[in-house]
Amino acid sequence: MSSPDTHPPSLYAAREPIFPRRVKGWFRTLKWWIMGLTLGIYYITPWLRWDRGPNLPDQAVLIDLGGRRFFFFMIEIWPHEFYFVAGLLIMAGLGLFLFTSALGRVWCGYACPQTVWTDLFILVERWVEGDRNARLRLHRQSWNWAKARKRALKWTAWLLIAVATGGAWVFYVADAPGLLRDLVTLQAHPAAWLTIAGLTATTFVFGGFMREQICIYACPWPRIQAAMMDEDTITVAYREWRGEPRGNASVTDSGDCIDCMACVNVCPTGIDIRDGQQLACITCALCIDACDDTMAKIGKPRGLIDYLALTDEVLERSGSPQRAIWKHILRPRTILYTALWSAVGVGLVLALFLQSDIGLHVTPLRNPILVTLSDGSIRNTYDLRLLNKHGEPRTFRISLTSDQPLELSLEGHVSQTVTVPGNATTTQRVYVVAPSGSEAAGKDRTDLRLWVEDLGNNDRIHADTIFNGKGD
Amino acid sequence: MSRRPAQKPPEVGTTGHQWDGIEELNNPLPRWWLWTFYACIAFALVYSVLYPAWPMISRATPGLLGYSTRGAVAAEIQAFADANAPIRAQLVAADLSEIADKPKLNEYATNVGASVFRTWCAQCHGSGAAGVQAAGYPNLLDDDWLWGGDIASIHTTITNGIRNTTGSDARYSEMPKFGEILTGDEIAQLVQYVRSISGQSNDAVLAASGAALFADNCVACHGEAGLGNRDLGAPNLTDAIWLYGGDVTALTHTITYARFGVMPNWSPRLSEADIRSVAVYVHGLGGGE
Repeated sequence: MSSPDTHPPSLYAAREPIFPRRVKGWFRTLKWWIMGLTLGIYYITPWLRWDRGPNLPDQAVLIDLGGRRFFFFMIEIWPHEFYFVAGLLIMAGLGLFLFTSALGRVWCGYACPQTVWTDLFILVERWVEGDRNARLRLHRQSWNWAKARKRALKWTAWLLIAVATGGAWVFYVADAPGLLRDLVTLQAHPAAWLTIAGLTATTFVFGGFMREQICIYACPWPRIQAAMMDEDTITVAYREWRGEPRGNASVTDSGDCIDCMACVNVCPTGIDIRDGQQLACITCALCIDACDDTMAKIGKPRGLIDYLALTDEVLERSGSPQRAIWKHILRPRTILYTALWSAVGVGLVLALFLQSDIGLHVTPLRNPILVTLSDGSIRNTYDLRLLNKHGEPRTFRISLTSDQPLELSLEGHVSQTVTVPGNATTTQRVYVVAPSGSEAAGKDRTDLRLWVEDLGNNDRIHADTIFNGKGD
Repeated sequence: MSRRPAQKPPEVGTTGHQWDGIEELNNPLPRWWLWTFYACIAFALVYSVLYPAWPMISRATPGLLGYSTRGAVAAEIQAFADANAPIRAQLVAADLSEIADKPKLNEYATNVGASVFRTWCAQCHGSGAAGVQAAGYPNLLDDDWLWGGDIASIHTTITNGIRNTTGSDARYSEMPKFGEILTGDEIAQLVQYVRSISGQSNDAVLAASGAALFADNCVACHGEAGLGNRDLGAPNLTDAIWLYGGDVTALTHTITYARFGVMPNWSPRLSEADIRSVAVYVHGLGGGE
């Protein structure tokens, strides 16, 4: 170990500004479509209506924080069914693994909100300030009236987009038309204003100023994704064996790369893909479009920069053609991810179909396990949590079946019926008594099935539990 | 994923640190990170002026805002007390027997009662209110009550307690020590008789002679049929529930030396609303009358 430099350079670096050039091509068009689709879904979804009957919200997608409910079209999720959300998150994770192992950082390049909004902000920037060269000029020139006007216009447009973004978010957690009315009349809950303010700030700063720094410094995914990728993963790569040595196309022994820098100028993270795959590359494929454009102009085949796997490089260097894409994609790892993803999905769908709109959870009270009554009979106590997922109140009859003569009664009720308000939960204490000297009173355990039946439509569900006798 | 090592020499230089030929590049930190760090320092300084921060000899510096966690807790407790004041007033004003018909009041009283019970009553009656079997701490879940199981009786018992010396209105009764009155044989006969009226196995000959002894000595409190007397807290001797145990040894001990269970009066320690809550809670445990 040697001693450090006597005059170390500054420990802190300012961001190198990036001015991505406009680019046209197949992947750019695809990205425009994906941007339109994802932003459309984000902004429109809260406004979709879905009739659920009386006393229930008619918003198709609603996270009802106050009521602890999640509504998604025909699906209604209660807090105890949170495993659906966990399952969806697991599916999202596995889906991300699948796409990363097959196509590298395709999520980062096309669908990540950071990419989509940054794209949108750059689009606005280009409309206001012009393309790369104009923006570079503007950046370098000193402040004057024209620069201030352009900056103000750009920042205003960004701010409007940011407000719309934060504004759309709160519509997912409240009735959208009602909340919009409250926002317009300045009567909305402070939480709504704070959320809008927070998301406006993050959208404005992340999309306008942080941009690629979020991907490079803040996001953990670039660090994790290396574990998902292997030599068959298709990523954006430079055909170095075809392009090098770079230089003038008229020189006979030079490669196809004419060093036009188009791939660097269009890159939203400011890298040179010709240096190889690197952490800052989000595989947005804009450099492919840029390079194809140049290749077309100089009359060379497209694909000097292209979607390639590492194994293709070996093949192409030895003169063989690249492997078919499906051969890269179909491999044990992607098949395993697909199988896991499907298994979780099938499980969730099954669980969804098995859902009942009555819920019954039985908790036998174990402190004490049993109570001896004055006539010598034995009593067990159970807490029944009854869920009514309908909008209207429902009356349930509670009964039991057992091969022993057990008697059931309800705390605080003379009858065996209990009414549960609409879209609510009630806890009802239930007593089960075995007569003095009966088999159940003496036996350690007796199987017992508790039934809850809706007197209105005869829907019924049951739960199995046990009755504890003296056991001596 | 880089396919080749860096081709050009790094522009940033190295720190000079080297291990097994691996050098540490001297990459600078991003500027925004530095500013975030400075912002944290500034925040800490402002915070330490506004809030209690620097430890002194007896306590920390109070801070300009005068904030204290104890004060915050006290304010929070006061806020809860204020929020609950109306319903507690309602609870105190309500007729005891009508509380069960008012769902909101009943729910509030039951929940408060459960927490008061766990704080003050669970030491003897157990956290599940099952008492301690055969050890003199009554099970509050069953349908057998010494001093009455309707809500008013339960309320009176909790308010005044039983056989204590601290309250003037405590429920009081005292069973004589029959070891000083009867002979051992007579007590054995009484034990067999008591077992016979409660349907337990017994020696019929001894029990028959015990019947006369019972009529002479016990009916004043326990009644002719042994059904007990709630005015005196005299237990029903014919049922299946025994506060101190129903076997021969326990019964012999009870008759010879008597029992004297004590419960504190809770009126000086608990508010009327809390006492009523506990009464509602105990009444709703399954044995209330």
